[in-house]
Amino acid sequence: MAYLSLEEIVQRCGNEGIPFWKAVQYSDMEDREVTKEESFRMMEKMWRAMKEAGESYDKNQRSRSGLVGGMGGQMREYLEKGNSLSGSFISEVIAQALEMGEANACMHRIVAAPTAGACGVLPAVLLPIYKRKMASDTEITEAMYTAAGIGQVIASRAFIAGAAGGCQAEIGSASAMAAGALVCLRGGGPEQITHAAAMALKNLLGLVCDPVAGLVEVPCVKRNVIGAVNAVSSADMALAGITSRIPPDQVIDAMKEVGESMHISLKETGEGGVANTPEARKIKLNMNLQ
Amino acid sequence: MNIFDILGPVMVGPSSSHTAGAVRIGYTARTLLGERPVNAEIGLSGSFAATGSGHGTDRALIAGLLGMKPDDMRIPDSFELADQEGLAFSFENIRLSGAHPNTAVLRVEGETGRTTKIQASSLGGGRIMIDKLDDTDVHCTGACPTLIIRNQDSPGMVSEVTGILSEENVNIATLQLYRDKRGGLAVMVIETDQPVSQETVSVLEQMQGIERITYISGEEV
Repeated sequence: MAYLSLEEIVQRCGNEGIPFWKAVQYSDMEDREVTKEESFRMMEKMWRAMKEAGESYDKNQRSRSGLVGGMGGQMREYLEKGNSLSGSFISEVIAQALEMGEANACMHRIVAAPTAGACGVLPAVLLPIYKRKMASDTEITEAMYTAAGIGQVIASRAFIAGAAGGCQAEIGSASAMAAGALVCLRGGGPEQITHAAAMALKNLLGLVCDPVAGLVEVPCVKRNVIGAVNAVSSADMALAGITSRIPPDQVIDAMKEVGESMHISLKETGEGGVANTPEARKIKLNMNLQ
Repeated sequence: MNIFDILGPVMVGPSSSHTAGAVRIGYTARTLLGERPVNAEIGLSGSFAATGSGHGTDRALIAGLLGMKPDDMRIPDSFELADQEGLAFSFENIRLSGAHPNTAVLRVEGETGRTTKIQASSLGGGRIMIDKLDDTDVHCTGACPTLIIRNQDSPGMVSEVTGILSEENVNIATLQLYRDKRGGLAVMVIETDQPVSQETVSVLEQMQGIERITYISGEEV
């Protein structure tokens, strides 16, 4: 059945001599009463949908509110000049995160991971790796199991909705999932996977959900960038052998505690944070007048 | 939650509650009507009213009424498709006290003149709750097989209905009873573990005192 802790997954991997993603697949087979093949096909379908969503981006399109659109195109144009501070891989991660976030805001078909608002984080790290032929479709599908397993534990111990726990629950969880997926793709073991996830989540602890005019646009699209970049740095730390001083499951529990004590104005109500700035209030007012 | 609630669903953005959930509400209203809708008057309450347009909630509701599911790429074009398919619609902002922040009320008329009214809310993650059907309280998600039975409020109705289900080896997961007044119109909402066959629904429909039965198959919308 579904795991209630990351520790449980790591232990099963050790006991049965299986990789992290396999342990997640086994639990999916038990949960949904499906075969190995059926489970894998479903995950392949999610990966295919993610690739299609990436291809659907149109840099000339704007969201209905007009608040976002075109930033992914700007970033890609900039990175193609080869002069970016963060180097070509990270720049591509940034561009991909913006593109997916904007595609979502423009009503394209995306894969919620774990939510629609955070749908750019995981593909932002997976698509650049795939495009550079650093991993096959099968390897990425396995990495997606890794990501899903991490997200499932977070959802069961804490939450993954901004309305419940702030942006840390959405972008933070997505970042932890992406960090684990990256470690999986680079050949790291179960311990390294969970520690990458823990470091990623810890770095975004306390992040509030403050959408301007209540829309999944500002600051959501750019928050996908920090989720993705943070996943890369956390994965690299874990692969270097650096660990989270606080055990991964305890980090998830801390996220829950922080989310519960977060003021309601900072949990997707569009009333606090950047949503409560004079500019944001002006945007909201103009929108209601239309 | 299974892993495809975490990695998934595949859906048209931007919001699982305001877009995907809204498509499901429209789709469920169409199912409850039981025929092709030709007119829809839709009231939006709370956050649906405040941010619905920016989230495409209006287009999503119409898309659902046209029979689309949350991953249908035609959702953004649903207004134009409704014109082509002869579905007239209107929206207004309403205030519902005590309702969930993301609530819509749909008054829908079908091609044969049949009408239905549902009040439904979007709970997050694309999950929905049907709160009222034709002004009577019902609380069901439509995610599992569900029978909504409108009958005369008279003794023995529940035992007769559950008896027939038991003969068909259908296990009842939840059972709710509502009525407008003693001896008036009553509603049974029965969620089941197994699908209910068309034949069983027909048998129930022929029972004395049953006014109308709506069956939601609970298949993935």
